[in-house]
Amino acid sequence: MEAASSERRAGTRTAGRRLAAGRRVEPAAFLFLAPSLVLFVVFIFWPLLRTVYLSFHGSDIVGRPTIFVGLDQYQLMLSSPTVRDVLANTFLFSLMTVVPSLVLAVVIALLLQQRIAGIGVFRTLMATPFAFSVATASVVFAIFFNPGVGVFNSFLQLFGQHPVGWLTDPSRALASVAVTTVWLQLGYCVLVLSAGLGAIPEELYEAARLDGARALAMTRHVTLPLLTPTLFFLLVVTTITSLQSFGQIHILTRGGPAGATTTLVYSVYVNAFAFGNSNFGLASAQAMVLFVVVLAVTTVQFGVLERRVFYR
Amino acid sequence: MSALSRTLTYGLLAAVTFVLLFPLLYAIAGSMMTPQELASYPPVLVPRQPRLQSFADVLRAIPLLREYANSVIVSLCVAAGQLLTATLSAYAFAFLRMPFRNAVFAVFLATMFIPWEATIIPNYLFMADAGLINTYGALILPFLAAGFGTFLLRQFFLSFPRDLYEAALVDGCGHLRFLTTILVPLSRPALASLGIYAFLQAWNQYFWPLLVTKTEEMQTLQIGISRLRDIESAVAPNFILAGTVLALIPTLVLIYIGQRHIVRGLTAGALRG
Repeated sequence: MEAASSERRAGTRTAGRRLAAGRRVEPAAFLFLAPSLVLFVVFIFWPLLRTVYLSFHGSDIVGRPTIFVGLDQYQLMLSSPTVRDVLANTFLFSLMTVVPSLVLAVVIALLLQQRIAGIGVFRTLMATPFAFSVATASVVFAIFFNPGVGVFNSFLQLFGQHPVGWLTDPSRALASVAVTTVWLQLGYCVLVLSAGLGAIPEELYEAARLDGARALAMTRHVTLPLLTPTLFFLLVVTTITSLQSFGQIHILTRGGPAGATTTLVYSVYVNAFAFGNSNFGLASAQAMVLFVVVLAVTTVQFGVLERRVFYR
Repeated sequence: MSALSRTLTYGLLAAVTFVLLFPLLYAIAGSMMTPQELASYPPVLVPRQPRLQSFADVLRAIPLLREYANSVIVSLCVAAGQLLTATLSAYAFAFLRMPFRNAVFAVFLATMFIPWEATIIPNYLFMADAGLINTYGALILPFLAAGFGTFLLRQFFLSFPRDLYEAALVDGCGHLRFLTTILVPLSRPALASLGIYAFLQAWNQYFWPLLVTKTEEMQTLQIGISRLRDIESAVAPNFILAGTVLALIPTLVLIYIGQRHIVRGLTAGALRG
């Protein structure tokens, strides 16, 4: 109720300002916006429309659009088992990167929140993965996964286990790529969560302490509920990032073995650009699916965030 | 905190830090080992006699310095371009009166939600038609404007005292002069955050440079490093690690010096509202 009336008041204020705005328009505004707008149209909006156009057409051998095929490319995606596997891989990969990233990041962020000597050193050191790009991280992890000299197999050997083909075993490859991705984005998740933790007012902990809450109860009933907006933001960001993952797949597995790590984005690359395929029609349809999924995830974020995720 | 739980906390922190640091430590140690040392079991973690041979090898095998220069040029241009376009548009949104301001701002925000991969095919075709494949133009032009930068700077500009703005204009200060002599100097922290953020993003790019560069001379550092594996695959991982360490130096320096700015840039989206 209160929120609604304050919103209405705010509404009148903006309306009043807009009335004033109508009287004096500054032409400079258009000049200032023009560079960005032109770049957006040329490199984002127009290409997006062209992707839609391409996805409704067939492609000749050099990739130029041929005849209008309607939704055929989309239908192919759902009916062809190999193309359908791509969607399954994409979903699995997101699950395998997002969930561990968030869980580990919460644990680490809570650890870093402890007030003990030397915590600043830990915090600085933990930022190190930021220095890695997808390419540099993947190159190092490729060596870790190496069946002969890699540390992962050395580790198994330590416990008397047989060596494993981390990237060559179809049942393991996707998880191996996911491990690399989790390591790569863990630093960012910890950083965002630490910022979220820092924003929780100290009084709330004080009040809980007076009520006799112990550390664990405080974490469960104060910290985590108040952290939900941050967690939710991270959930959306890491989901979108995992959907867009490309470099680690290209470097570690080239989508293999037997297509086991071919995700939507990697499939766009293969169909459009690899081996002289130039199947821009199918690749565009897949790119549109990616666009719609990302849009849906973001819309959900805004929808839920409006309703506030935490319970006060 | 009891002694036990303190010990436990330190133990956990040390373990987590070790795991997060391990790839870097391994890359540095491995780059200075002999191939035999690196392949030995049980694994050696510290080189017995650190050697720099692998660094010399990698510099001879690929035009690493040229790739370095390419990455620096591209990332600096992208960062400078985004700073310029975002400052101008954020200024318009924060200070100037215009019709449909909210609608236009929504268009800017919308660009943040369109994944680059969804537009990559037409963008590639555009570059091919324009004859820009394998040029700096292809690597730089598409990234000169970004909705995120406008969003970030607008937030910052909105907190700027309105009175100061009006006083400056009453005194006959034009928009451009107000922007360059008053607003920009006062917005240095926000500009630094955006600049570092944009630089790092451009520096780390992989998919697009992979598509639009065709020769070693135009490759960015990321592509060059990923191709090291094709040169001497499993034969000499220490050679690959040496290249990786060289590629990591600028970003390592940047994150330790500019950590404050990076944190602000990265978390700007997280803490809104």
